[in-house]
Amino acid sequence: MSDGIHTLQEFMKHTKGIIYLLGIGYLVAFTWFWKFLNKKSKN
Amino acid sequence: MAEQTVIEKKPLFRPFNVIAGIIIIIGIPLTYLRFTGGLGAITNLDNNTPWGLWIGFDLLTGVALAAGGFVTGAAVEIFGMKKYHSALRPAILTGFLGYALVVFALLYDVGRPWRLPYPFFVSQGVTSVMFEVGACVALYLTVQFLEITPAALEWLGAKKARIIAVKLTVLLTILGVLLSTMHQSSLGAMYLIAPSKLHPLWYSPYLPVFFFVSSIAAGLSMVIFENTLSYKYYKYKMSKEHREARDGVALGFAKACSMVLAGYFAIKVFGIALGNNWNLLFTGYGLWFQLEMLGFVLLPCFLFAVGVRDKNLKLIRWTAGLTVFGIFLNRLNVSLIAFNWHLPLSDRYFPRWSEIAISAFVVTIGLLAFRFIVTHMPIFYEHPDFKEEH
Repeated sequence: MSDGIHTLQEFMKHTKGIIYLLGIGYLVAFTWFWKFLNKKSKN
Repeated sequence: MAEQTVIEKKPLFRPFNVIAGIIIIIGIPLTYLRFTGGLGAITNLDNNTPWGLWIGFDLLTGVALAAGGFVTGAAVEIFGMKKYHSALRPAILTGFLGYALVVFALLYDVGRPWRLPYPFFVSQGVTSVMFEVGACVALYLTVQFLEITPAALEWLGAKKARIIAVKLTVLLTILGVLLSTMHQSSLGAMYLIAPSKLHPLWYSPYLPVFFFVSSIAAGLSMVIFENTLSYKYYKYKMSKEHREARDGVALGFAKACSMVLAGYFAIKVFGIALGNNWNLLFTGYGLWFQLEMLGFVLLPCFLFAVGVRDKNLKLIRWTAGLTVFGIFLNRLNVSLIAFNWHLPLSDRYFPRWSEIAISAFVVTIGLLAFRFIVTHMPIFYEHPDFKEEH
């Protein structure tokens, strides 16, 4: 199998895979953000 | 009751009045030229760019910034967050005036105002996204007019009519949320027809979602922004309760806006991934896109969060202004800057001074209407005759 994206199926597989990874990354980042937002300031 | 006793007689030739007067004096003959000479008489619009500043600024930005009405209405009337009640009337008024000015500005762009009812009564294009936009704006303007009616009826002392208007509040709020959801997104859907004209970093099949989510952030930040300006210029009209509640409104709305902006940033990144447009991020347009995303979405998101955490109201109010500008920039990018991006610079559209003057004319009329209403009607205070009923 050669490298690169040649068909629509390969394109969809590639972009969807990245979106799933970004989605997981976003959920982790949002958990941190939620804690940051609700943390009381020391001041 | 507001502290009206401290009002001193202000001179007629104040800086605002003078500037507003000049803009109106320029705007009236330009209006005459537009409706007698056509679009070509005062605009740079052409076949490449038939939608210019009046659509990008007056319509797209105006509608997004008017979202505060449905956002605040949903929070107070549907989700029961009564602590934000003091922000409701100013938000609905801003929303109503925003939509009224959108329709007013659209008359300049579309022309032949007597044909405005045609899409509903003569030739319905029910399969068109434009029909949805037109129908929703017309219906929502009516809904917002009815929502702000109790304030006018209190001012006029029409007690019986006010009782009927107040009874409709929850129904009107639900309708408002429904119609706003539909047409905020359908404004984005209008650009789905132009995948080859809009730069790939801004074009996405999810444009309707982007427009809807960003309009919520626009509405929330606009309420804070409007509240800040109103406090500066109409403090004497605000009741003690209204003044005391405004910090809580700013904190609550800033927190919500921070979360919405975080979500908006994420779906915009998903949009890049969906089109596999990563390679465009470091082109000229890509850097401009990054400025919009990092400077006017991620930065306000972070600043709102810091402001909420530290209860730094000054930071929150400045950030609201930054977010409002960010939404304005986004709508201009979609409709003008990143639109027809492939054309040579000589064929690109740049608004003529008269288009900018008409936009300023429309905004000035809005500001004058806002001033008239808040100085006459109970917007920033509860009318003493109806205080028990709020």
